[in-house]
Amino acid sequence: MQVSITINGEQVSRDIEPRQLLVHYIRETPGLTGTHWGCDTSNCGACVVQLDGKPVKSCTIFAAMCEGHEVRTVEALEVDGQLDPIQMGFHERHALQCGFCTPGMLMTTRALLDANPDPTDDEIRTAISGAICRCTGYKNIVSAVRWAAEYEAATKQEASA
Amino acid sequence: MQTPASFEYERATSVDGALASLQRLGSDARVIAGGHSLIPMMKLRLANPSHLIDINDLTELSFIRQQGYEISIGALTRHVDLLKSELLAQHFPAFRDAENVIADPVVRNFGTIGGSLCQADAAEDLSAVCSAVKAKAVIRGAGGERAVSMEDFHIGPYMTAVGAGEILTEVRIPLRAGGGSAHEKVERRAGDWAIAAASAAVWIDGGTISDAGIALSAVGLTTIHVTRAEELLRGKAPSDELFAQAGEIAAEDCSPSADGRGPADYKRHLAGVLTKRALRRAAARALHQEA
Repeated sequence: MQVSITINGEQVSRDIEPRQLLVHYIRETPGLTGTHWGCDTSNCGACVVQLDGKPVKSCTIFAAMCEGHEVRTVEALEVDGQLDPIQMGFHERHALQCGFCTPGMLMTTRALLDANPDPTDDEIRTAISGAICRCTGYKNIVSAVRWAAEYEAATKQEASA
Repeated sequence: MQTPASFEYERATSVDGALASLQRLGSDARVIAGGHSLIPMMKLRLANPSHLIDINDLTELSFIRQQGYEISIGALTRHVDLLKSELLAQHFPAFRDAENVIADPVVRNFGTIGGSLCQADAAEDLSAVCSAVKAKAVIRGAGGERAVSMEDFHIGPYMTAVGAGEILTEVRIPLRAGGGSAHEKVERRAGDWAIAAASAAVWIDGGTISDAGIALSAVGLTTIHVTRAEELLRGKAPSDELFAQAGEIAAEDCSPSADGRGPADYKRHLAGVLTKRALRRAAARALHQEA
């Protein structure tokens, strides 16, 4: 069946089997391999993308279900060489080692900051409770999200000053 | 790589259209909503539907509203909306208790109450909550609509009263004065299925329990309705001793099996303790005395 999905603002269309999962559609059709295919059981959170603005696990949604919808992947965070503050935070606070979980962590925490610009450590830990990182022990990830929140608050204040 | 068997996909544009497709295609067709119960089953080839009817566009099935003396919840309502609903938290806080510990926030963005109930996994939390608060499941088919109690809805492991050519459209919960509810769950780690969980609701009238609902998750082949403990509570004044007795009955009446989440005797112990705790919180809420 022909399935068209807007991915990072560009409409993508391909003839696929209905059983193709969104994660494979994203990785194979536009070739955006930033979205990682991890546990395949909706536990690890490496495959998180935003579907119509909400983070979802793309290993547990058929691409056909996203026909006509908007998907945003980790590749959309950086714009013209400028990293998103959440990416800057992960860099500043060394919030990754192997990096496998990072795309999902970034998309999950970006959505958190969009909904709640000043989250507590507990709120951050709850938000990423469906994302598994085997390297960092989560401490630096929480710290990175706080860094991004503070950076965005400071930038906003500067802009309004 | 986990790949489901091949199937044909169809997107429904109305409930009647979905029903017509289901009736035409027969028992091998399944409804898909959030897919967070069905897709894992399909990947494991435990479910092999020939056709999937996608109901995600049927926004008329996504709502939480009060109609007279009843709260109704559309089958397509997502976990995140159940968690955030103040109306639901006000009347049946057991839903918020449960939603805080169902899967994780990302899964809750897409999974639905209808999908959870229709999966009828014995370890699933909302089945117990709906049982405890005496919800009715509204099932629509060619012959019209029928409302069944949760006892009649759960007909076996992974089996419900929703027949071929039918759809669960909503859940209705009667509003009665003096009610309180709570859900208690123990899990190994964030987002996991319960080792054991207990839902309880009580309705207190003039210092006496007029009615009670108790249901258990993950300690049997289906959601366990602890009717013997409900009977014990009716007509008595709420007290810790009474709730402890109800917990003992719950522990006796469940039938857990040992697995990676724990041995049977531990789960049985948990069923008793969690029943007692859920009743205590439900009663405190009914009496507006929650600490």
